Amino acid sequence: MTLFYDKRFRAWFYQFCAVGIVLIAGWLMFATVSDNLAKQNIATGFGYLDRQAGFIISETTIPYQETDTIGRALLVGIANTVKVSLLAAILGTIIGLLVGIGRMSRNPLLQRLMLSYVEALRNVPLLLYLFLWYAILLVALPPVKEALELAPHVYLSNSGLVLPSLTFEKGAVFLRWAVILGIIAAFFIRRTALHRRVETGQPNHGGLVAFFALVGPVLALVLLGGVAITWEVPEAGRFRITGGLHIRPEFVALLVGLSLSVSASVAEIVRAGIQAINKGQWEAAAALGLQRGRVMRLVILPQALRLMVPPLTNIYLTVFKNSSLAIAIGYPDLVMVSNTVMNQTGQAIETIAIFMAVYLGLSVAISLFMNWYNGRVALTER
Amino acid sequence: MAELQLSVPLGPPRRARPWIKNLFGTPGNALITMFCVLALALLAKIAIGWLLIDAVFTGTPADCKVGSGACWPFLGAKLRYMIFGFYPYEEQWRPFAALLLFLGAALVSMVPRLWSRGLLLAWLVVLIPALYILMAGGVLGLSAVPSSKWGGLPLSFMLSFIGLAAAMPLGIALALARQSDLPAIRVLAISFIEIVRGVPLISLLFLATVMLPLFMPEGVTIDKLLRAQVAIILFAAAYIAEIVRGGLQAVPKGQIEAGNALGLHYWLIMRKIVLPQALKKVIPPLVSLFIGFFQDTTLVTIIGLLDFLDTVRSALRDPDWQGIAVLEGYLFAAFVYFTFSALMGAYSRFLERYYRTTHD
Repeated sequence: MTLFYDKRFRAWFYQFCAVGIVLIAGWLMFATVSDNLAKQNIATGFGYLDRQAGFIISETTIPYQETDTIGRALLVGIANTVKVSLLAAILGTIIGLLVGIGRMSRNPLLQRLMLSYVEALRNVPLLLYLFLWYAILLVALPPVKEALELAPHVYLSNSGLVLPSLTFEKGAVFLRWAVILGIIAAFFIRRTALHRRVETGQPNHGGLVAFFALVGPVLALVLLGGVAITWEVPEAGRFRITGGLHIRPEFVALLVGLSLSVSASVAEIVRAGIQAINKGQWEAAAALGLQRGRVMRLVILPQALRLMVPPLTNIYLTVFKNSSLAIAIGYPDLVMVSNTVMNQTGQAIETIAIFMAVYLGLSVAISLFMNWYNGRVALTER
Repeated sequence: MAELQLSVPLGPPRRARPWIKNLFGTPGNALITMFCVLALALLAKIAIGWLLIDAVFTGTPADCKVGSGACWPFLGAKLRYMIFGFYPYEEQWRPFAALLLFLGAALVSMVPRLWSRGLLLAWLVVLIPALYILMAGGVLGLSAVPSSKWGGLPLSFMLSFIGLAAAMPLGIALALARQSDLPAIRVLAISFIEIVRGVPLISLLFLATVMLPLFMPEGVTIDKLLRAQVAIILFAAAYIAEIVRGGLQAVPKGQIEAGNALGLHYWLIMRKIVLPQALKKVIPPLVSLFIGFFQDTTLVTIIGLLDFLDTVRSALRDPDWQGIAVLEGYLFAAFVYFTFSALMGAYSRFLERYYRTTHD
């Protein structure tokens, strides 16, 4: 009994018990699961990933056919999830920034309007909005039979917007490199120009030069005949429109829903960030003779953005996780593809393990990236 | 030496600019104002036209099909189904009474002055059993209603409220474990919290519906509602743990050291000194979390539980009304969610003000 009053022994004892309980519970679960699986004749292991999928995915960000493997199908799901969350994060941040600045306006009307926008989005479940946008799209747009032809070969119906798509006869690789080259060149030119402007105080045409550096390589390539492009023109049939680039209502509804929900959260963070900036900054800038709009753009926002990075990380993680609501309106994200795979193979444990691991892994990746970015922009105090 | 002349008379700085100047002070501002007025007028015109002028107030689905405005008869015909789901029609006074009892009790419990051990006890011993008996029946002459028939608004409240209430002790335990000096316990707590927070709620719900049956020994089945409730509790616990951790970190270290100096045991220090201070600090964020969970319970509709959003959706799919009242149904649901969330949000802001003025 005296041993139990020893602090070190007790610490070990508690930890031993905790780990023991977890291990025993895990083992018991494992035993029941393998027992149950054996009884129900469900295969185990990840071998099923190499089997043929045999189901269609309505929207594919990377090439996929029915005859591809289940693993490939899951990859398509991951790509779709990443695509929609990335776009929603970008769109939502831009809208949210504008709304957040509008909320700080001195104009009471604009301020209240932006407040109602944020409140309307924050107080109603995202899932309800997704259903609502999807329903509106389906009700407002005509059926495929009566598809609207907005422009030659551009069809709008309740199965989505169909546009002519580009296909490369040759030069796709060159074009990709030209784009990358342009971006890198523009980035460095702009940085040098900015640096020189800070050093000398003289305005220069760095922005213009950077713009030409950005589009120059692509333009040169196209003018020299390095690429050949053909248009794939969609054909309107009786029941469906084939060919071309297809933007589906599920994708649009999900993108709109996620972007708006991001924008409301971002607006709140922008407001908090702007409010956190010392009032002296406003007054000092006003004393220098800057107008209110310029004060915001040149003095307040650059400082506020720094404060916003950590809470923004949380928002991006949330939108990434919320993209899983796609299954409710039928956009084939990772969860929906996994669900199909589960129904087909019965291997629920492995499939759920895969998609949870993917979500966890990507969440960690987003956190790491945002932490790195935060470290870069954070004020280094001396 | 000439006297210093001031060209501007000195006076107290103007406190607030008159509203007219804020609206029309500069050309830019005037433009914004005009734009806002235009947008509001357009919105008002559409809303009034749809809700009142073009709306159909009485009649059948056929009348609604002809009209271009809102279809009020739909709400009248489907209101009870949307709120109570498949609960037996004659017995629907029971969920109604339960809902009123719950909301009334919640309203009383929202007054910080009344918070006490007695109130907590009253919830645990009297209210929750009473609510359960009202819903489930089987005693006191009430006919038994299986949980598969529960639905609508009572179910939404139940999932979110019980979810958060039951997750509270678990969340506090996890937060304490995460702060613990014992590495093994800390690692276990951190892994649980981070894994749950790193995956979407829908994956936990899938886990509960698809995988949990496989974890059960043969012959044991757990009700689907209970499974979803367990998933929500675990999910909530991880988020509560993080909020409570914030509160724990805000308690000055001297408090623990003082407790140690008095020779108090770890649990006594936590129970009597640290937790009361920490929990008080985290009540406003917990209310915000509750708003989020009230909205997140809509996800159970994906795994086929009949929460409020799901009953609204199935009312829309009723063959009589299909395709006629889509907007009406969703807007009604949005109105209900908005009202509760906005009220809770106002309450959260009130609590923050209350603490700022009465404590610290």
